[in-house]
Amino acid sequence: MSGYIEKSGYIENMRANEYTNTYKNLIYSVLICLLSVFNIQETVASDGGETEKFNIGEMINHHIKDSHVWEITHGVVIHLPIILYSAPDGLVVFSSENFFNEGHQEVPYMGYVLEHEHISRQDGVSVLDFSITKNVLFIFIDAFIMLFVFLAVAKGYRKNIGKAPKGIQSLFEPIIIFIRDEVVKPSIGEKYQRYLPYLLTLFFFIWFGNLIGLVPGAANMTGNIAVTCVLAIATFFITNLSGKKTYWSHIFNTPGVPWWLRPIILPVEIIGVLTKPVSLMVRLFVSITAGHIVVLSLISLTFIFHSWMVGFGSTVIVTLITIIELLVATIQAYVFTMFTSLYIGMAVEEHH
Amino acid sequence: MLLSILMDMSFAVMGAGIGAGLVAIGAGIGIGQIGGSAMEAMARQPEAFAKIQTAMLIIAALVEVIALFGVVVCFLIYTAGTAA
Repeated sequence: MSGYIEKSGYIENMRANEYTNTYKNLIYSVLICLLSVFNIQETVASDGGETEKFNIGEMINHHIKDSHVWEITHGVVIHLPIILYSAPDGLVVFSSENFFNEGHQEVPYMGYVLEHEHISRQDGVSVLDFSITKNVLFIFIDAFIMLFVFLAVAKGYRKNIGKAPKGIQSLFEPIIIFIRDEVVKPSIGEKYQRYLPYLLTLFFFIWFGNLIGLVPGAANMTGNIAVTCVLAIATFFITNLSGKKTYWSHIFNTPGVPWWLRPIILPVEIIGVLTKPVSLMVRLFVSITAGHIVVLSLISLTFIFHSWMVGFGSTVIVTLITIIELLVATIQAYVFTMFTSLYIGMAVEEHH
Repeated sequence: MLLSILMDMSFAVMGAGIGAGLVAIGAGIGIGQIGGSAMEAMARQPEAFAKIQTAMLIIAALVEVIALFGVVVCFLIYTAGTAA
């Protein structure tokens, strides 16, 4: 009996330990969230201090747009390389630091002018800008993280055949299996394996990109319409190039339509083909960008009202919104993957 | 007279505010309907709770994107209105 009591006491002790651990973790995560929010606020504070009147629109635009320099917080700036091609000079590579003087004013360099993140030549010759901008840098970071994670997962998969997954593999294998079994297989059908690599890459690229974008100081990479446009164009080509006879006959020879309706239905069907990638592109761009705009607007309330009470309130709200943004980041990646696999499923469907 | 009203950018800012409100109404109706139907479905079939919840969250996210369209458009109008 005494042994039993001792045992139960031991278990209770363990449980109490577990609880305190959970609480500790919770408190740490909340603290980290708060700290990250304060980080943004500090940047904004020093931004607003310089100008007489605090311009919210300008501040938000500066945060959500692409840039030739990466300003982590105020004063901590990484100058990114600028790669230009123009007919007279050929390929030119230099640091974007050259475009700024000691007073952080924009100055011309080698006949090139940087104005509102747009580079042009002083003599008016057209310039092609291949620079590593902030968003390009974040695409590289995203790709690097994906390489790092999935090489480890693949290695673990090869090593632990028939055994339980280990380490980072046990985090990502359920997600991969979820995408395969719940998203791709039901919508594409039997020939899903050809498209699985693209769809998994799509999901993890968007998901990681969204999550990196939520880190203070990071770029709004998946909230850039050029990035989402390229993803949507890839989906467009894969869908249409794998289109089977049924798919095309539904577009050009819609069954069950009287002949005099054909001239109306045909343009509608062709527009339908084009709107699918456009809706994918706009949905991802808008949901991520608007999330950033909402967070930044709530933060700037502090500087409109000049009050620490409002600052405290907006910090709490922003923390909650950031937590919702974590959910949105996942759901948007899921939705993009799901719609892409639905479109591919429609295209590869054989006669039914 | 009409031209001077059209040129007044403060109306653009006001329009952005009204637009944000209208978008909030639309999204509110949408999310309300999704939530209501999901609650009903969960009450009818408690064993399908998890599936219904996942579907509800995804569709709510799709509706939310429409509301966020409103946010982006209002933001663009606002920046255009204050820059001029």
